[in-house]
Amino acid sequence: MGINKTMAGAPSNKDPKLSLLKEKGLIKRFTDHYSESRGRLIIYISASLMIIAVVAITLFLTVQGLRSFVIDRLNVWSFVTGTEWYPDRENNPSFGAFPFIFGSIAVTLLSAVIAAPVAVGCAIFMTELTKKWGQRVLQPVIEILVGIPSVVYGLIGLSVIVPFIKQYFGGSGFSLLAGSLVVGIMILPTVASIAADSIRSVPDTLREASYAIGATKWQTIWRVVIPAAGSSLITAIVLGMSRAFGEALAVQMVVGNARGLPTSIFDPAATLTTIITLSMGNSTYGSVLNDALWSLGLILLMISYIFIVIIRFLSKRRKA
Amino acid sequence: MSSKVTNRIALSVIILCACILVGTLAALLGYILVQGVTSISWDFLTSPSSPFMAGGGIKDQLWNSLYVLIITMILTVPIGVCGGIYLAEYARPGKLTSFIRSCVEVLASLPSIVVGMFGMLIFVNYFGWRYSVLSGALALTVFNLPVIVRVTEDGFRSLPRHQKEGGLALGLTHWHTIKTILLPAAFPSILTGIILSAGRVFGESAALLFTAGLTTPNLDFTNWNPSAPNSPLNMFRSAETLSVHIWSVNTSGIIPDIEKVANGSAAVLVICVLLFNLFARAVGKMINQKLSGRH
Repeated sequence: MGINKTMAGAPSNKDPKLSLLKEKGLIKRFTDHYSESRGRLIIYISASLMIIAVVAITLFLTVQGLRSFVIDRLNVWSFVTGTEWYPDRENNPSFGAFPFIFGSIAVTLLSAVIAAPVAVGCAIFMTELTKKWGQRVLQPVIEILVGIPSVVYGLIGLSVIVPFIKQYFGGSGFSLLAGSLVVGIMILPTVASIAADSIRSVPDTLREASYAIGATKWQTIWRVVIPAAGSSLITAIVLGMSRAFGEALAVQMVVGNARGLPTSIFDPAATLTTIITLSMGNSTYGSVLNDALWSLGLILLMISYIFIVIIRFLSKRRKA
Repeated sequence: MSSKVTNRIALSVIILCACILVGTLAALLGYILVQGVTSISWDFLTSPSSPFMAGGGIKDQLWNSLYVLIITMILTVPIGVCGGIYLAEYARPGKLTSFIRSCVEVLASLPSIVVGMFGMLIFVNYFGWRYSVLSGALALTVFNLPVIVRVTEDGFRSLPRHQKEGGLALGLTHWHTIKTILLPAAFPSILTGIILSAGRVFGESAALLFTAGLTTPNLDFTNWNPSAPNSPLNMFRSAETLSVHIWSVNTSGIIPDIEKVANGSAAVLVICVLLFNLFARAVGKMINQKLSGRH
């Protein structure tokens, strides 16, 4: 069908000769080497756009992120380790980003701790216990849940989780725990579906061999399937963590946006993404605060790259 | 004996995990839908939002979301499909290819707020387009490209080899084989992927915050002249999308019916995303059946 369509739309040959092939311009079309090079050109341009995008993002964000150190003369070390973020203080404004870096890492780790066991358990359930049902019903449902926008998770957190924490643990409810829970729930389907894929790719012969020597279902799962799926399971969790780390609005809605270091998980906190989300719109372009925010963005970018390297390393080891 | 007991316990824990996951997600989604559906009405969908008073709707936001989505797709699909074709057909194993592959990977795993910051830097500030539909769509293009590239590459790779060989054996050039044989054959899987990614783009918010803005000018839906500042088609006006609206209403909104508006918008958003998903599945299934039925 597609062939006919494209032929019908072809420009007819200028010099109509007797041959049917020539009349329809087929020979020209089939042997038109310009078309080949034209197509190739389009393809190569598209591919190089990918490189341009990555290089441009890295380059521009780096240059912009270094402004606060180069032009505004902030000290890198005190920027990363300082705990006081008072950019609008009249005398001696201070830019200490450590609370945000800490908050980001805390939310990422806590959400992974919350999500990983449940997600891996669910993946095992889908692939090992109820194979047919898992593949037919659970997998599509989980894939649909992956697509639910993060703002919706944030809203749910705001209207369910925050009041819940407020009622049972005191405080305002806006806390590190609320942020981690929201992000943890958000990455559950992602981790579960990737983990299920990796468990599914474990060859059945391994399981059969295990059953044949008299292992129970659990022994097979624990001693054979999980080690065999090993590094790809970890990849799934790391992917979830990198998503948790980069999440902005959902966290911002529930985490409380305090500028100090949280002392417990029930304290409000802030992360790199939330402070950027909140302050970027209110700061003038070119001011010290604005430059400091870009520097936070640069830190965000660098940690994202670290995640990418870890994931690459893990998947390389899997192949080897 | 004891191994049997452990087996029992462990399996129950696994089942419990599955129940927790499905239960939590179903409960939360159900909560949003139940809370939100009651506030959805024809009036809610078709009246403009109000900055202070109760009773505002989401007409402009809904339109903005769709408009940004359409422009993003117009930009992404050709580039993404071509990029995918490069990786599947033209790329020779080597340094350049693995570099492009890493680039796709990097683009796919960058946090969307980083993409948004990049969009702000380049499109909003450097090109001077301010907060606009076009800036937002370009940022989302960066965000969506890797998805389409992967979908296309997978679609091409899953094609049987003999189709390509058949085309080449007829004397077609490589590009012609791709254009007339491989692309139509891979089309169903690519289309499914595109619709799925559309759902993702539709719900994206962090990348749009600094590129499409938090406000919408008063739109006049009878003015379809794209250069008029109040036209819905104007690409250089700021455009708050539905998901950004949910966020901004909750964080800085001063209207009295925040909850109603937020829940209603969230329900609309979730329903749209679900529709995209179901639609993608239906399309995939339909084309699949058609193709296999023709054999």
